[in-house]
Amino acid sequence: MTELLSLRGISKVYPSVVANDNVNLDIDEGEIHAILGENGAGKSTLMKLIYGVSQPDNGTIQWRGQTVTIKNPAHARSLGIGMVFQHFSLFETLTVAENISLAVNGSIASLSKRITDVADSFGLPIAPDTMVHSLSVGERQRVEIVRCILQEPRLLIMDEPTSVLPPQGVDLLFATLRKLAQGGCSILYISHKLEEIRSLCDNATVLRDGKVVATVTPTEETTQSLARLMIGRDIPVTRQQTASSDGRVMLDVNQLSHTPEDPFGTSISDASLSVAAGEIVGIAGISGNGQNELMRLISGESLLHSSGSGTVSINGSKVNRLSPEQRRQLGFAFVPEERIGRGAVPDLSLGFNSLLTSHNAGLTRFGFIRFAAMAERAQQCIKDNDVRCGGDNALAGSLSGGNLQKFIVGREMALAPQVLVLSQPTWGVDVGAAADIRQALIELRNKGTAILLVSEEIEELFEVCDRLHVIYEGKLSESLRTAETNVQQVGQWMSGQFLSSPRADGLQHFDNQKAAGDSQSPAQSPSPRIAP
Amino acid sequence: MSALRLVLRTQPSLRAQLLVPLVAVLLTLFAGSIMFTLLGKSPLAAFYAFFIEPLTTRYGIGEVLLKTGPLLLIAQGLAIGFRARVWNIGAEGQLLLGAIASGALALQFEMSDSKWVLPAMIVVGTLAGAFWAGIAALLRTRYNANEILVTFMLSSIALQLLYYLVTGPLRDPMGMSFPQSAMFGDAALFSPLLDGTRVNTSLFLSFIATACAWVFVQRSLPGYKLLVSGLAPGAARYAGFAENRAVWMGLLIGGAAAGMAGVAEVAGPLGLLQRNISPGYGFAAIIVAFLGGLHPIGIVFAALFMALIYVGGDMSLVSVGIPNASTTIFQGMLLVFYLACYVFVNYRLKRSGAEPAASRSTEVATDA
Amino acid sequence: MLDLLVFVLAGTLAAATPLIFAAMGELVVEKSGVLNLSIEGMMATGAATGFVMAKVSGSAIVGFASAALASALLSLVFALLTVGFLANQVAAGLAVGILGLGVSVLIGKNYEGTTISPIEKIDLGALSELPLLGKVIFAQDPMVYVSIASVIAITYLLKRTKLGLIIRAVGESPDAANSIGYPVVLVRTCAIMFGGAMAGIGGAHLTLSYTPLWAEGLVAGRGWIVVALVVFGTWQAPRIAIGAYLFGAVSLIELFVQGQGFAIPSQLMSAMPYIITIVVLAIISRNPRVVRLNHPASLGIPYLRNE
Repeated sequence: MTELLSLRGISKVYPSVVANDNVNLDIDEGEIHAILGENGAGKSTLMKLIYGVSQPDNGTIQWRGQTVTIKNPAHARSLGIGMVFQHFSLFETLTVAENISLAVNGSIASLSKRITDVADSFGLPIAPDTMVHSLSVGERQRVEIVRCILQEPRLLIMDEPTSVLPPQGVDLLFATLRKLAQGGCSILYISHKLEEIRSLCDNATVLRDGKVVATVTPTEETTQSLARLMIGRDIPVTRQQTASSDGRVMLDVNQLSHTPEDPFGTSISDASLSVAAGEIVGIAGISGNGQNELMRLISGESLLHSSGSGTVSINGSKVNRLSPEQRRQLGFAFVPEERIGRGAVPDLSLGFNSLLTSHNAGLTRFGFIRFAAMAERAQQCIKDNDVRCGGDNALAGSLSGGNLQKFIVGREMALAPQVLVLSQPTWGVDVGAAADIRQALIELRNKGTAILLVSEEIEELFEVCDRLHVIYEGKLSESLRTAETNVQQVGQWMSGQFLSSPRADGLQHFDNQKAAGDSQSPAQSPSPRIAP
Repeated sequence: MSALRLVLRTQPSLRAQLLVPLVAVLLTLFAGSIMFTLLGKSPLAAFYAFFIEPLTTRYGIGEVLLKTGPLLLIAQGLAIGFRARVWNIGAEGQLLLGAIASGALALQFEMSDSKWVLPAMIVVGTLAGAFWAGIAALLRTRYNANEILVTFMLSSIALQLLYYLVTGPLRDPMGMSFPQSAMFGDAALFSPLLDGTRVNTSLFLSFIATACAWVFVQRSLPGYKLLVSGLAPGAARYAGFAENRAVWMGLLIGGAAAGMAGVAEVAGPLGLLQRNISPGYGFAAIIVAFLGGLHPIGIVFAALFMALIYVGGDMSLVSVGIPNASTTIFQGMLLVFYLACYVFVNYRLKRSGAEPAASRSTEVATDA
Repeated sequence: MLDLLVFVLAGTLAAATPLIFAAMGELVVEKSGVLNLSIEGMMATGAATGFVMAKVSGSAIVGFASAALASALLSLVFALLTVGFLANQVAAGLAVGILGLGVSVLIGKNYEGTTISPIEKIDLGALSELPLLGKVIFAQDPMVYVSIASVIAITYLLKRTKLGLIIRAVGESPDAANSIGYPVVLVRTCAIMFGGAMAGIGGAHLTLSYTPLWAEGLVAGRGWIVVALVVFGTWQAPRIAIGAYLFGAVSLIELFVQGQGFAIPSQLMSAMPYIITIVVLAIISRNPRVVRLNHPASLGIPYLRNE
């Protein structure tokens, strides 16, 4: 019996990297096969080759015993290959049924019925006539999955599907995938999450630096052995030390409510949090639940409308009307989740990119740029943070994602901020660099910086945070001490459970007291009390 | 199967940046020779009339310099806005406003011989140009109205305003019923610079503007902030460079430069207000700004070349009988070819679907 | 008085027709994610080509067809620049617009200032003789009805057909459209050429029916009003058509006012369409939510297929 899909000697070279190097892969019918590898190992490139988005430079692809050239995604679909993307290929201004009709033949009316049928039989409720922009990220994934199922694929590619799901959602997804596999559909499951692969997959191919390093049976491996295969060494452990906060509240968000101008954005309602000096506070949650809007209000990129309410205070001063530049002068620094085009200007050199947030730090005089100081600043940042690049004249856009992130984080830390806010700082960063970033955060905290960290990765939050909040549909939970909670509880809260449980206002208060040393909200007392 | 496709360069090619305008000029000449042949004219004779003849006489050189002045001045102003992706395409109207305001002032002080008349005209005209562009800035920042459309519409309105004034309130009472104003007094005119030509001291305004633009664009923090606003609006917002300020600055600077150019026209070669003040300098300057790579130095060369096309167009109309539309077509083709070539500054061609070895050799070939 | 009213209403329909053709084309182009600012030049090229070809062949149909073809060819230059060479769409629009104005003068240079007999108005006998309505609605030239049909057809295309869905998808997210297998470059190129052809037909209606003569600069800023109309109509065909009729009416008010003997400077009346454009533009654009919900998300952004 021949394999459903068989890759032999597949290579793909990009201008700066070899993304896939002589990759072999075999998948049987009905098999759930994992592609395991860390960020930048070449997983996504391999999937694009299989789905016809790009063509390999070398090697052959055999589909059901026949050598094929997969010309484009439409061709892949006609062969019976479906794919659920990590960043969805859905159109926000179209309805669910319209979206699906772009990939599946049939009238809107007949498709709507089929969508409902499939949705019911797999337990994935979706309404065909809803506009996609009103769906949550998890619901959008369902739409993508239903779209694939309707194409009756023989192979379904799932690219990091659980990053948009709360833990319960993961169970539901796995049940769906197993049901599909029992029906004879093979599944190629791309992930860097080891536990998931052990619980779901029949086989796993491990990629490192574009090469296959092993093909294993995950259930026979331990998490540690899989990790070693994936990164080639043990996972670096962050040296955690206990916080020594003096209790001064450096960042305070008080009962913030805001409806963004963007009709596709999430409204923030009644969000409160505070971060004290020498403390790391995390915000957990599936992306798209208002993190972006909340961060923009804290950074000053968005200002509250007249219809909004609440206050943001930095270092005791109310900053509601201040611009990002003015907030920075109060000792605030921010690492946004998008590097290209927000944290950095891709078409400018690293030198000019250091000017972006540091121009007040001696890089200009009388409104003129001091080029020598600018270059020196950038070189220092490159050196201190081990940024791999062609020097301070290299364009920001020419750096790999991980290296650019190290540069941006380094640039913000070099401002010696009293308040540092980071959004998804380790997204797409390789394991080693991510560990470096986390370590740097802890050291900065120990020096007394107040840090707010937004992340989708619960494990990361538990690793570095002293306390954490959960955000769901624009609502922020009370904070939990990481030492006193666990992944299960946070996971449940991520799907909004903290809203239904009786609101523990007392606990919230208690929590703030413990963390912030009995300080009142700075909004009420302009000069924050320094706790002994 | 192998098709050529574009691949992003890791760093923009400096050589391509320098070559692009030259190649665009060559392609324009090539396409122009086809056009002239189709029109039944000898391309060589046409090119001689267009590009060489103006430079063979003192008067011709003077005319080229005369037209370089406003093109250079306006293009420097527009380029600053364009770098911030603020699309002011209504410099023509801002020029007219500058001309109208300074002209009205000159007519008010027709008999004066004060040395302050001309400086006052420059100030008033510059402010008037900035004011006209400022309307677009206000509408964009307050009401989110697209500045491309607003600046264009304001141009058309400015033209009607000029028509109204020269046929009504500002018409020369002694001038029969010609739609034009009285002549300005001598104190309201720039002094001649070269004998036997119409070049005047207003050319210095363009040179000063070029120097200022260079310092602003290449050396100053506000110039950097504008550049970031254009390249990455998200990063500008993140850094706290207010978007509205970029819109205001981009439009006001462009409007001021165009207004000043309007003063240079009426207080230079014209000496009065009339229906035709500018032969489309405001639109041609857009092409000059792009052709100069939005760089203050590049714009100097682009302005000289565009001025040559203007003068050559007039001269070849007379000497070879080439239709005056060729000037417009040359302008359009220049920008078309420039934009087509510009892609190679940031991208290079790569053969797709070929063997890696072959594709590597193509890379070498295109890079060499 | 009634005669004047009939004259204005009938004139409104005729004056709006070139705008509607060009705006329906531009709507499709913008829905596919491309901002084409060269409408003015393409209308001029269509106006000159249509006039010359109709004059030479004696057939208005030949005139309209060759106008559509000429402007579609010109728009192919724009497509090459923006879709092929990833050029800035604003600059490319200006470049091709200027080129088109120049080309139109060249094409029409032997016909400058000449006239042509306008295309026949339809005659529906008794219907056309009806008071008021008859002259306004049932006695226009055939292209007026074609333009109305085009509004209905474009509305149907964009809202109800698979092709319309594909165009909207490409305009919202070319990357996503590419990843599910739609040829973004092809869709955009076809949309641009369709837009060019429609602008050409609009231009030809100016010279073959509305004015009916050829003169340099005859398009007189209509191409820019068309771009503004698409914004006014918040990218919805019926609203764009209503906007076009309003402009048709405004451009005729000048005649109406003169007919009534008001002493308003003619220049103010000539400037009126532009002033009104600015005012309406500010009113419509003021609400970012309305714009965001209808405006194609990738409008104006060059797209390179990612491999």
